[in-house]
Amino acid sequence: MNTLTVPWIILFTPLAAAAVILFVGRFSKPLSAGLAIGSAGLGCILSWWLFAQSDPAEALRFYWMDFGDLLQVPIGLTVDHLSKVMLVVVTTIATIVFTYSVGYMKTEEGYWRYFAGLSLFLFSMLGIVLADNFLMMFIFWELVGLSSYILIGHYFKKDSAADASKQAFIVNRVGDFGFLLGILFLWAATGTLMFSELVDRVGDFVLNPIYLTVACILIFCGTVGKSAQMPLHVWLPNSMEGPTPVSSLLHAATMVAAGVYMLARIFPILEAAPHALDVIAWVGGITCFAAALMATQQDDIKRILAYSTISQLGYMVMGVASAPTADVPMFHLFTHAFFKCLLFLCAGSVIVGMHHEQNIWKMGALKNKMPFTFLATVAGALALSGCPWITSGYYSKDLIIAWAVVEHPFLGWLSVATAGLTAFYTFRLVFVVFLGKPRDEHAKHAHESPLVMIIPLALLSIPAIIAGFPFIENIFFHTTEPKHVPHLLHPILYAMFFGGVAGAWLLYRDVAKDPVRIPLFANRLYIDDFYSWIVKNIQGGGAGVLSWADRWVVDLVIVQVPSKLAWACGFVLRFLQIGNIQAYAFFFGAGVVGLLYLLISR
Amino acid sequence: MSPLLPLILLPIVGAAFILIGASARLTALVASATSLLFSLVLLASYQFGGDQPYQFVHSWPIIPAMGISLTLGADGLSLVMLLLTSLVTLAAVAVARTPEKSPHWFYASLLFISAGGLGAFASIDLFFFYMFHELALIPTFLLIGIWGSGDRQAAAWKATIYLALGSFVLLLGLIGLYLIQPDGMRTFDLRAIIGLADAGFLPEANWVYLLLLVGFGILVSLFPFHTWAPQAYASAPAPAAMLHAGVLKKFGLYGLIRIAAPIFPDTVLNGFVAIPMPFGCHPVEIDLANLLLIMLIGNILYVGYVTTAQRKLDLMLGYSSVMHMGYIFLGFAAMNALSLTGASLLLFAHGLSIAALFALSGEIRERTGTLDFAELGGLAKPMPAFGLLFGFAAFAAIGLPGFVGFAGEILVFFGAFVGGDLLMGVTATGKEIFQLNNFQVATVCAAWGVVISALYMLRAYRRIFFGPLSDRWAGLPEISGPARFAIAALIVVMLVTGFFPGLLIKLIESASI
Repeated sequence: MNTLTVPWIILFTPLAAAAVILFVGRFSKPLSAGLAIGSAGLGCILSWWLFAQSDPAEALRFYWMDFGDLLQVPIGLTVDHLSKVMLVVVTTIATIVFTYSVGYMKTEEGYWRYFAGLSLFLFSMLGIVLADNFLMMFIFWELVGLSSYILIGHYFKKDSAADASKQAFIVNRVGDFGFLLGILFLWAATGTLMFSELVDRVGDFVLNPIYLTVACILIFCGTVGKSAQMPLHVWLPNSMEGPTPVSSLLHAATMVAAGVYMLARIFPILEAAPHALDVIAWVGGITCFAAALMATQQDDIKRILAYSTISQLGYMVMGVASAPTADVPMFHLFTHAFFKCLLFLCAGSVIVGMHHEQNIWKMGALKNKMPFTFLATVAGALALSGCPWITSGYYSKDLIIAWAVVEHPFLGWLSVATAGLTAFYTFRLVFVVFLGKPRDEHAKHAHESPLVMIIPLALLSIPAIIAGFPFIENIFFHTTEPKHVPHLLHPILYAMFFGGVAGAWLLYRDVAKDPVRIPLFANRLYIDDFYSWIVKNIQGGGAGVLSWADRWVVDLVIVQVPSKLAWACGFVLRFLQIGNIQAYAFFFGAGVVGLLYLLISR
Repeated sequence: MSPLLPLILLPIVGAAFILIGASARLTALVASATSLLFSLVLLASYQFGGDQPYQFVHSWPIIPAMGISLTLGADGLSLVMLLLTSLVTLAAVAVARTPEKSPHWFYASLLFISAGGLGAFASIDLFFFYMFHELALIPTFLLIGIWGSGDRQAAAWKATIYLALGSFVLLLGLIGLYLIQPDGMRTFDLRAIIGLADAGFLPEANWVYLLLLVGFGILVSLFPFHTWAPQAYASAPAPAAMLHAGVLKKFGLYGLIRIAAPIFPDTVLNGFVAIPMPFGCHPVEIDLANLLLIMLIGNILYVGYVTTAQRKLDLMLGYSSVMHMGYIFLGFAAMNALSLTGASLLLFAHGLSIAALFALSGEIRERTGTLDFAELGGLAKPMPAFGLLFGFAAFAAIGLPGFVGFAGEILVFFGAFVGGDLLMGVTATGKEIFQLNNFQVATVCAAWGVVISALYMLRAYRRIFFGPLSDRWAGLPEISGPARFAIAALIVVMLVTGFFPGLLIKLIESASI
């Protein structure tokens, strides 16, 4: 066992687990869960061990396709600081969520299918983390989309779940369309797919800024799809149709962060394309603000968190475009993974306690019924809204905001406003769910979740609070504060946090229904409606017209007209049928002579 | 004596036994299983790195005066196609339901199609290459017209007349190819013709290429000559659709890659054809490369969107198989090592995935009597293994990594993106230009096709297998027996070659394309 082979073991153990579960999982529930948790746990231990080692000097590499100088597609693993941090995050959270799933899925059907999907997901996600070239990353990028499709559609008998999984896959493929073209652009110009070689060769682009800008924006499309940035964010809230642990692991902590990780991986290339960075900053900043607005008016506990995830990913994407090192957005990815995963698992605990009710207006007063879940939720909420000094979110988010204010003042101040919104919608959720009076029979008889779910909550609460503290940050990241931060920035951020919490307290501490109704936000800025209108009318209608035309125009021109002509010719030729053997013999002979003449005369 | 002759004769002998009264299904299974084994043995005994790519060669002169002889031989690409043919044949026979109406002729027809495919892919002589394909069209016609469903006779006639027309244009092209050879050296031997072309003995013959393109194109349902395909596949019994869409249709693209690519490389990329105009107008010049690009984008985008509008699985699969031909044409059009290898991989990949899908579609029709999305739904509940197999086949068809189709599509995209003359960079005067050439535009369109295919395939999967289950379908039997095994085998082959495409690439690279 050494640093050369361990990453391969970490990568392929979950695939092996998925394959075994696929074939024998249906016979035994504990076996399915055990294999999945075992593979994740092994990966977790090995990842921490690997993290403590120094980077290997060389790497094993195989060629998936090899055309010599024309094209080489290696399968090789990058083990550097960035990938080691991400490995630790992914495997640790995966192990916790897999364990939690045992409790959450206890009574659900499709148990083995669920754990096979989770293991396949872990394999694909680790592939993205470890990939050392663009095409390998793209392969695992697509496989992550597949496992997300499988897991969102777990309750496939529900129309909403079946539609959501389909939508997630297709929207992601729209993003992948740009991603693939971006890869083609970079490859066509540099002749390599390897990240390390691309970084070296990016200097050649100095003469070609437009080309590099276009290539980087196309590659960023992959992030827009996978990390649910506007305008491709619509799939993420719908993906909440999946089981809650899936939302927690895939659609909050790890998979959706893959887009940010990819940007961090190619950070030196992006730095050479400042205009592309501007586009990235604006997409991130607008997503961050708009998603927070939408989150303030949602009624489904998971959808509130989903919009919050989109908003936080917007922070990270903006951080990529503003900060001088990729460690700044990665730091927020790191802390966000813990506290958002925690919040989702808390939501899952609430949902189980509420007999699968997800509407926050049917809950209320759960603080006494579910004390542990309540405490964990408060810890996660404080971290998410960036409670000053004592939570991880404060350190990582404020760092991004500081850089954004310096580099892109407008977007920076927009994200300051978003911080206030974040505190507001987060504590709206906490107050409505846990305070007030029970508003439903289920809420009156809610019960605390079993230990197998509570222990993961407790385990996650710790990093959710402390993962951002400077002494931990220094182990994983090397970040710097911008030099000339406006003096008022930090006081304003404190005001934003306390203002947001106070606003939520005033409005929501004991109400039976939402005192605020803003249809624009509740209806998600009407973006979803606009898309479904396009899909139904423009795309569906257009395809219908084409289908009609194919049947009645193309077929008519290419088939019917010639066939009618043939009939007409036949009609004329009938007059040659004169019923005279000698005449036929003459025609035949003339034909043969003619053919021979044609053949020989050349 | 070439081992390819018994390979071709095996299904014919099997068919003969069936027609004189041997047990139809069993004989067909034995014959097709034997021919699969046989082609695997050939694959294993193929020698890499020899100076002659064609091996197992033998020639029987038929009309020496005209240079026609039955010459059999196989290089790496032929072997891939022979493997595809025998695999799909075995799967088609395995999933076939013995019909009540003349079962002997039914199975014999399947074997005849297989023999025609094997013969065409093993022929070096163009005359027999053509004849074997024609031989396979007759049983296809019979299968659709006699054992088909829906408006089967109209579909059979339309497909047959269409394909016969394509074959006729192709025949003109092949005769043209014969006639442009210098007098006294004329031959139908492909190796000899390529030798003549390499030595510069062939004149520029853009019309011959155009005839070949249109003739082969009609056989492969190149837009706008595609309208025969969806109806024919919808009406055909599942094994016939598998064999035609999976194997026989590949004949046209195989021919283009085999014949047009090495003989007319310049014409494919830069050729023009001048169409004379009446009344003294200037003749219209058509750029052949652009013409092909426009037609193949028609396949990918236009037919792709038509596919999304289909409401029945069989028509949707028929259109989707038309659409996917666009990628292979793109690989051919770009004419470089990457794109041609990708196109060859896609011949194999699409053959397997569409065969699996048509087989599954036939199984659904057997159980429910309908393929209308509006009537189906939730079938994964009573038939989980069926749903899983369909999922695998659907994701293989839309080019998910892990399946061989992804490797082929990626190679086509990479090859086509660097096809033609690059228009990006810095001019001599220091001005930066950024312009996509036509191949790159086509690549962008083809990459969008990947989104379209996900759109229609996942929609079909969702409508048929997900959602609430109606009581009508609650008791449907699970897929089992030979059908389950055959479809799983097709999927396993796609996965193995998808994880290790190097196996196929090594074979294809050794071929003389």
